[in-house]
Amino acid sequence: MDYSKEFLEKLYKMMLKIRFCEESFVDPILKKEIQCPVHLYSGEEAIAAGVCAALTEKDYVFGNHRSHGHYLAKGGDIKELIAEIYCKETGCSKGRGGSMHIIAPEKGFLGAAPIVAGTIPLAVGSALASKIRKQEAVSVSFFGDGATGEGVLYESLNFAALKKLPVIFICENNFYSTHLHIRECRPPAPIYKIAQPFGISSIQVDGNDVLKIFKIAEKAVRLCRQGKGPFFIEFLTYRLRGHVGPDDNIQGSRADIRPAKEVEEWKRKDPVKRFEKFILENKILEETKIQEIKKQIQDEVKQAHNFAKQSPNPLKEQVNKYVFK
Amino acid sequence: MSLSKRKLSYGLAINEALCQIMEKDMSVFLLGQGVKSPWYVGATCKDLLDKFGENRVIDTPISENAMTGTAVGAALIGMRPVAVYPRMDFMIYAFDPIINEAANWHYMSGGKSCAPVVFWGIINRGGEQAAQHSQALQSLFAHIPGLKVVAPSTPYDAKGLMLAAIKDDNPVIYIDDRWLYGVEGDVPEEIYAVPIGKGIVRKQGKDVTIVAASYMAQEAIKANEFLEKQGISAEIIDLRSLKPIDEELLFESVKKTGKLVIADGTWKSYGVSAEISALVSENIFKYLKAPVQRVALPDCPAPANQVLEKAYYPTKDNIIEAVKKII
Ligand SMILES: Cc1ncc(C[n+]2csc(CCOP(=O)(O)OP(=O)(O)O)c2C)c(N)n1
Ligand SMILES: [Mg+2]
Repeated sequence: MDYSKEFLEKLYKMMLKIRFCEESFVDPILKKEIQCPVHLYSGEEAIAAGVCAALTEKDYVFGNHRSHGHYLAKGGDIKELIAEIYCKETGCSKGRGGSMHIIAPEKGFLGAAPIVAGTIPLAVGSALASKIRKQEAVSVSFFGDGATGEGVLYESLNFAALKKLPVIFICENNFYSTHLHIRECRPPAPIYKIAQPFGISSIQVDGNDVLKIFKIAEKAVRLCRQGKGPFFIEFLTYRLRGHVGPDDNIQGSRADIRPAKEVEEWKRKDPVKRFEKFILENKILEETKIQEIKKQIQDEVKQAHNFAKQSPNPLKEQVNKYVFK
Repeated sequence: MSLSKRKLSYGLAINEALCQIMEKDMSVFLLGQGVKSPWYVGATCKDLLDKFGENRVIDTPISENAMTGTAVGAALIGMRPVAVYPRMDFMIYAFDPIINEAANWHYMSGGKSCAPVVFWGIINRGGEQAAQHSQALQSLFAHIPGLKVVAPSTPYDAKGLMLAAIKDDNPVIYIDDRWLYGVEGDVPEEIYAVPIGKGIVRKQGKDVTIVAASYMAQEAIKANEFLEKQGISAEIIDLRSLKPIDEELLFESVKKTGKLVIADGTWKSYGVSAEISALVSENIFKYLKAPVQRVALPDCPAPANQVLEKAYYPTKDNIIEAVKKII
């Protein structure tokens, strides 16, 4: 075994935490207790968990509209996350941002925002700052396959390559952007190849295999720290929920636009279940221990919901607090 | 033209405009994100793909800058593209082709060439979507020479202004608001145009002028129901076009009432309401009997939390309050 038991347990716990957190929103969304648009990360947990396990608190991460997992894996507080999704004053963005604007700068999670590709150059910027300051920090930009349509991605790749910046571009390719399959958005060339004309090392990796993800992320981080950045990774994955909210209601109905067979196939590749199987088969944890861990995390999630529900709304008199510093 | 009485929702009125003009004029085509998804564009693009095919109804990749430039280029050789943005916020990526290219093109080329594109931006706010999914940017566009800006508030105008915008030889920013999509009203079945640059008196009155456009024009009408009961006679002007603006109609009304409340759904500073106020004080100052009142968004990004949203978006109550201040 290449990895310590503690490490594997930690990785597994993080994946579970993200999964349980995401699934915990389903019921309150359906009951309209949560009204802000929520893009669930269920099915893609291995990427956030695996990549962030290769980072330290000193490294930087930027996310997009589907970033609860990135936030948690980078060490963001779960209570503040869930409170933000209820848009409460105790949320990580004080209820001003909601699910699509989450942030934990104290942990190096520099922010998420839903304008597609909007945060990619911001990660290039934090990488540039690290280079100017001669600091070791690596920056990571998480974005979806949809972001490959935006020109700013290519401008960012060019500049990052030109200045050899310590930035890792991570494309979470789940084959869909809202209602469109990837084949309707781009010619059939693999995404990871877009980095190559810039001389950026790039690779396509199974995004549902957390150990493979960790391994490649570790390599990318090492190269970046050695001044051999940037690096580009395309992870192939799938969301197990709708684009926004629990179901895919993109077409105005509750029907999933994705073929049922395709969804079923990907369910079989569920990254959390897959890693759980590995953990059991390799006797990293016993079944009873797993149940114990699950209960602990469920409790933590439940407590965070209680905290969020009991938290106050922001005061309407303070609507324009935080416009300026 | 027979103006048949038939009710249609705002969203379907836009749909009918697109459908009829695309049938009639082969140079018209539609491109943008979500044209085949009601989640993005409501009922506005219903059946268009089936009727006109993928060459003329193009659901695009997420590439606002290039898609918009593409529309401009097609317009330069005689096409009449309608470029839709399911949220105006996404148009910010497209500022270069809209502002630097399309808006300036006719002037820069000494009148030799023009870019008749309809840039159709949808305001999609509320629902705790926060700052990047709620913006109303008509003031920004109205600032730019060479762009016309329309913002219909009724199904009749939604159809008529879409048709007028497509017909216009200049780039036109067409702005609608998802909050209006369910509004029903009389819409003629045939093709017609609502002239760009012409406002309309929605209700005559003598005590105060309330001027508005887009969703705020609907709020003004609701405010009036209350004001009427209080014995206040308000004249309601729906501008329909923000640029060019119907100065004549505005001035005529303010000359009569001497009092002006401007209800605008964009930020207060440097925006539509500031422009209207300046026009009135510049041109007909001596008729004013009270300070101009502005109902607009506070200078603050859109919040997520719904308590804050409620405080943030102006409604009929704010209009009533503003009227009462000067009556
Ligand atoms: C500039 C911009 N255009 C359009 C949108 C609307 N939008 C939100 S998410 C999304 C799809 C994103 O797809 P992808 O990047 O693959 O991420 P996924 O949702 O699959 O995780 C789109 C088009 C947006 N938020 N920003
Ligand atoms: Mg995707």
